[in-house]
Amino acid sequence: MSPAQYWHCFVGIQTREWLRFWQQRTRFASALVRPLLWLVVFAAGFRAVLGISIIPPYDTYITYETYIAPGLCGMIILFNSMQGALSMVYDRELGSMRVLLMSPLPRPFLLVTKLLAMGVVSVGQVYVFLVLALLVDVEPPLWGYLAVLPALVLTSLMLGALGLLIATWIKQLENFAGVMNFVIFPMFFMSSALYPLWRMNEASPWLYWICQFNPFTHAVEAIRFSLYLEWNPMAYGITAAITVVLTLLATAGFRPQRTRILGTKPA
Amino acid sequence: MTIEARNLSFRYGDEPVLKEVSFALTPGHFHALLGPNGAGKSTLFGLLTRLLALQQGDVLMAGQSLKRQPSEAMRKIGVVFQQNALDLDLTVRQNLMYHGALHGLSRKLARARGDRELERFGLLDRADDPVRKLNGGHRRRVEIARALLHQPSLLLLDEPTVGLDVASRRALNDHVRTLCEEDGLTVLWATHLIEEVRPDDHVLILHQGQLLANGSGRAICEAEGARDLAETFEALTGAAP
Repeated sequence: MSPAQYWHCFVGIQTREWLRFWQQRTRFASALVRPLLWLVVFAAGFRAVLGISIIPPYDTYITYETYIAPGLCGMIILFNSMQGALSMVYDRELGSMRVLLMSPLPRPFLLVTKLLAMGVVSVGQVYVFLVLALLVDVEPPLWGYLAVLPALVLTSLMLGALGLLIATWIKQLENFAGVMNFVIFPMFFMSSALYPLWRMNEASPWLYWICQFNPFTHAVEAIRFSLYLEWNPMAYGITAAITVVLTLLATAGFRPQRTRILGTKPA
Repeated sequence: MTIEARNLSFRYGDEPVLKEVSFALTPGHFHALLGPNGAGKSTLFGLLTRLLALQQGDVLMAGQSLKRQPSEAMRKIGVVFQQNALDLDLTVRQNLMYHGALHGLSRKLARARGDRELERFGLLDRADDPVRKLNGGHRRRVEIARALLHQPSLLLLDEPTVGLDVASRRALNDHVRTLCEEDGLTVLWATHLIEEVRPDDHVLILHQGQLLANGSGRAICEAEGARDLAETFEALTGAAP
């Protein structure tokens, strides 16, 4: 297959994802309600009890809304990636996956392109969220919106690959409720999305270390730092390395027979 | 194009689902794969389409191994799945273009070929309708049009008439036979409905993972001393068709 054929395939998969997004735009809009509730309601209540000292990348005192906005960007991607990965192998996307896997192009390429396409739609939602966040005075520098893009794409690929890995190999987590309880919430709460890790360290050192080992923490920090035009090589490096490992594991270990893609119950 | 399955065996865990299945398909002919539910038809289709990894045996398409040259082999196959594999929210044309892109076709070429197939199937005027608005028979036609978009030599159809009324079933079956005659397409049509098979078709009877008969319908009937395929099927499988 020629590079042009790879390109047509890549564009085709991206286009289809955007067409679906457009068809289901009300569903995607409603998916923004969750992070907005966190930003407007939860943060308003929480700011009274949690003071934020000056910590990098911020150079002054910030509101709690400003602190959790990057974590909520991560949350949008986290929910979308898990939901998307599950639907790829268990329900809504089954037909599309059958068609996808009939392509003569290599499967790892097809799967990564599909994960990226779903991720790009998530990134679009994050930008809508960031625009709405301006209403509660979350105002990162203008260039931050551009600088954060690679971190958002990387995070979406990392979490998409994780979702695909889980959906393929952990039968007990084939429904969204299971994934929410055992993957999404633990990853979200045991990270730096809602509270700075130094605070966590004061409260419980072992919890602090769990947060440090949580890849979502580093993804959120990569988003936070780049949104405020600061370079955080550790957060970026860890996120990139984990993305590579998870993507390799998810694509190399992908087995349609462990899913419902064949149309039967998983063996 | 010659298609040959050699010693295909497959097991889910400890349960054998296909046992040493070998057959060859004649280029440009209609082949019926008959078997009761649970015979192993879908597993065989899974292997032919690479949705299942080959455990034992190989499939050769024009001499190219599905195991060693999967990409080359997949370019030659068009598939219609048992379950709907169309995106109901997208239009007919968008579905076809997506398939074209997956096979490396440019947008222009995919659109041209898609329109040509739709015209042939009498569905060009529905090209911009969401698939959701189409009836079952038309959806199946779109799936066949899509499977032909990349100009395969082999068309695999896994119980394509499931859920269709009698008239639509017959029309679809006739249509695919026409494709064989006009385009020289090799067809493997899996079904458990004996009325979809004609006496002169090449028939493969699969039962409990084993290929019990492989030859022209007439020859199989003669060999079993049966009056028709239904009787042959019953004699071989012990199940009423």
